[in-house]
Amino acid sequence: MELTSEEKIILEEIKINLATISKERSKLIPILQFVQSKIGYLPMPAIHLVADHLGISPSEVYGVATFYNQFRFNPPGRNPVKVCMGTACHVKGGDVILENFERKLEIKEGETTPDREFSIESIACAGCCALAPVVIMGETVHGHMQPSKVEGLVLRVRIEKEKQKRKKQKNELGQ
Amino acid sequence: MNSANKDHANHEYTVLRENAEKKRQAFLNDPVPKIHIGMATCGIAAGALDTKAAFEEALVRHNIDARIHTVGCIGHCYTEPYVIIDHPASGFPPVFYHEVTPGKAGMLTKLFLKEGDPRFEHVLGATVENEMIPWIMDFPRFNLEKRVVMEKCGRIDPEDIDEYIAENGYSTLADILHQSPEEIIREIMASGLRGRGGAGFPTGRKWEMVANAPKNDKLVICNADEGDPGAYMDRTLLESNPHQVIEGIIICAFAVGAAKAIVYVRAEYPLAIKIMTRAIQQAKDRGLLGHHILGSSFDLDIEIFQGSGAFVCGEETALIRSIEGFRGMAKYRPPYPSESGLWGNPTVINNVKTLSSVVPVLSNGADEFKKIGTETSPGTAIFSVVGNVVHPGLVEVPMGTTLRTLIFDICGGIPKKKKIKAVQIGGPSGGCLPETLLDTPIDFDSLAQTGAMMGSGGMVVMDEDTCPVDVARYFLEFTQKESCGKCTFCRIGTFHLRSILERITKGEGQEGDIKKLRQLSEDIKNGSLCGLGKTAPNPVLTSLRYFIDDYEAHIKEKRCPALMCRPLIAYYIDLEKCARGCDACVGCCPVEAVFTTKNRKKAIDQILCVKCGECLVACPPEYDAIVKVSPPELAPIFERPPEPVDKSS
Repeated sequence: MELTSEEKIILEEIKINLATISKERSKLIPILQFVQSKIGYLPMPAIHLVADHLGISPSEVYGVATFYNQFRFNPPGRNPVKVCMGTACHVKGGDVILENFERKLEIKEGETTPDREFSIESIACAGCCALAPVVIMGETVHGHMQPSKVEGLVLRVRIEKEKQKRKKQKNELGQ
Repeated sequence: MNSANKDHANHEYTVLRENAEKKRQAFLNDPVPKIHIGMATCGIAAGALDTKAAFEEALVRHNIDARIHTVGCIGHCYTEPYVIIDHPASGFPPVFYHEVTPGKAGMLTKLFLKEGDPRFEHVLGATVENEMIPWIMDFPRFNLEKRVVMEKCGRIDPEDIDEYIAENGYSTLADILHQSPEEIIREIMASGLRGRGGAGFPTGRKWEMVANAPKNDKLVICNADEGDPGAYMDRTLLESNPHQVIEGIIICAFAVGAAKAIVYVRAEYPLAIKIMTRAIQQAKDRGLLGHHILGSSFDLDIEIFQGSGAFVCGEETALIRSIEGFRGMAKYRPPYPSESGLWGNPTVINNVKTLSSVVPVLSNGADEFKKIGTETSPGTAIFSVVGNVVHPGLVEVPMGTTLRTLIFDICGGIPKKKKIKAVQIGGPSGGCLPETLLDTPIDFDSLAQTGAMMGSGGMVVMDEDTCPVDVARYFLEFTQKESCGKCTFCRIGTFHLRSILERITKGEGQEGDIKKLRQLSEDIKNGSLCGLGKTAPNPVLTSLRYFIDDYEAHIKEKRCPALMCRPLIAYYIDLEKCARGCDACVGCCPVEAVFTTKNRKKAIDQILCVKCGECLVACPPEYDAIVKVSPPELAPIFERPPEPVDKSS
C-alpha cells in the first residue's frame, strides 16, 4: 500500500525523533511501539528506518515485529473493530460475531476496507469477560453482542459520516 | 543493617503516614455525601465513565455538594458499573448499588442524595452491618471469600499513593529495611509462598538462589504479561492497587540485592500502564523509590516495559529475550534466570500476584499466612470465574476450597437452571474437568493430579450447551498461533492436533483419531522446551479423559451432543409452533436465510444459514418454534417459493 502524504510527513518526524533514542538493541520493541503509535501501523519504509537506526537488517526488524501480535502491517481503519476471542467470548459465540463483521464489511480479519473506514482484528482477551461476547469499536466497548447488532453498529458509523458530509455541504452552500 | 538505618526509615515513614492519615481523616470527616465509583478497565467497559459523568451533571443540576471518589475494581464484575454511596446525613449506612446506568445515577442523585430515599429496589447491600439494609457480608459471594491480596482493591483510589499509605501501605517496607535480606528470605520460605504465575515454584527458594548468585547487577522482573484468555486478575491488581505491587517489588529487590526492577506489562493494558507509571512516579516523589529509599542506603529504580502481545512471553526465558529486543523465544534451562537472566545477570521473575502476596505475608507473619489454605499450598488463590455462571468476576478464596463451593456457593451456579458440563481451569495450559470432579480442592497439587493445572487462575464454567471437543479445539488454535516455533514438536505437533480436532468438529473425524491425538499429545509434551509446549496438549488430554463420549459421538455419529459445533448442527422452524404473523426471525437473520413458505409460515434455507442462532434468540418464547438439531440431516428441508406469491399488493 502506498503511503499517504500525511504518513510521509509523520515518517519524517519519526526520523527526527529516532535521533534522540539510543541505538541499543533492547530499544527495538519500544521504538516499534513508538512508530506504531504515531502512524498507526508499521509500513515498510518505517521498518527500514528503524533497521538503519539500530544498524541491523530490515529482515531482523520485520522478524521481531511479526512475532508480536501488537504490530500490524496495514493501516487501521478509522473505526477499528476488535472482536474479542477470549475463552468466555468463544463459549458465548464470539466467532459468529467475527464472521458477521467479515460478511458485512466484506473484508477478512486483519484487513482494512478500501475506504479505510473499518478494519477488523481479533484480540485474545479484552479482560471484560463478564460482558461476553465483547466487541471494541474505536474506544467503546460493546458488551453482550449479538449477530443482529453488528449491522446496527456499522450503520451507525456510516450514518454519522453521511450526516457530517451533508452538514459540510450545507455549510459550504450557505457561505 | 544498622539501627541508624532503622530509625531513619521509621522516621521518614512516620512523616509520610501522618500526612496521609491527615488527608484521609479530612476526607472521612467531610460531612458531604461521597460517591465511590469503580473505574478499572472492566468498570469502564461496562459504562462507568458515563455513570460518573451522569453523577457530575446531576449533582450540578440539583445543586448538591458531594464528593466523587474513583476507586479500583472489587472484582464483582456482574455488578459493574457499581457505585457505593455514603450519605451520612440520610441516616442510612453506605449503600452498594449495582449496574448503575447513567439514568439510575440521575435518579439516585435526586431521590437519595436530595430526598434521602435510598431506593431499596436498586440496592445490593450495605457495606457495614446495620439494622436497615442487608449487609453485603451476609451474602456468600462476599463472605465465603478471603481477601488477603486483594483486600484493598476497590476501596482505595489507585491514583493516590496517600490512600494506600493511610491504609498501612509501605509500612512493611519500612519494617523490613532494617532487617537483613537473609531474614526476609527465611520468612518468605517459612510462609511456604509459591509462585502464583502457574507452576507454583517456592518463592523463597527463587529469591535465595538470586541472592546467593555470585554476580552483581541483579534484577527483578515483575511478570504482568497476562496473556491467558479469560484471566485478568493481574490487570486488576495493577489497576486497583498498584502500590502493593510496587511495595512487593521493592521488598524483593532489597532481599535479593537488586538495584533495578522492570515491570513487564502487556501493551493491551493501557490503563494498567498509565496507573502503574503514575504510581511509580508518586512513590519516587515520596522517597519510596530511587536513591536512599526511606533514608536507608538502599537504591532501586523501577521501569515499565510494554510487552507486545505474545502469549509465550509469559514464560520467563522468552520474556527476557523480548526485553532484550528479540523474538520472544524460549531458551534451554539451565542456566536458569536466577543464574543468568536478563543481559546475563541473575534475575528474579515473579508474577504480579506473587509480589502482591509478599506484602501481607511479611506484615502478618509467615505463621499467620500458613493458617490460610492447605499444608502444601498456603495462602489464597485468585480466580477469574467467567462463562456460564450467575455472578462472574474475581474471587479470592483460601487454597483448598472445592470447585463446587467456588462455582455454586460463591458464584451462584449456572444461569437458566442448566446443568454444569465442565470447568476449564488454567486457560490454554489447563484442563477441562467434569462435574464428578467438582469436589476437588483447589491447590497446586490436587489440580495437577486431575490433569489440569492452577495456571494463571482463569476459570471458565461451561453449561450443558458447551462442547468439550470444540473447547479443546479453541485452545489448540490459540496455542498453535502462539507457539514461538522453536521446538518442532510444539510448532508442528500443535498444528496437527489442531487440524485433527478441527476435522472432528466438522464431522470429518476418522477411526483412529483418538489414538493419534493421544500419541501426538505425549510427543508434544516430551519434545518441547518450555511450559507452553509442555502444557499445550492438556486441554486435549483432559477432555479425552473425561469426555470421551463426546469425541465418539462426533467421530462415529457425526453428531455434536452439546449442539455447539456449527458444521454438525442445523436450525429449523417447527411449523406447528410458528405463528404466521410474526416476522421476528426474518428480521434478525443476518444472511436473509429465513423465508416465508406458501402458507405464510417461516422456514430456513439450510444452504444460506450460517447457524448464528440469532433466530433462536429472536423467536418469542410463547412460540418457541426454532429447533436446533444434530446431525444436520435431521432438519426437514423446505423449498423456497420461486417468486413472491402475492404480486398484487
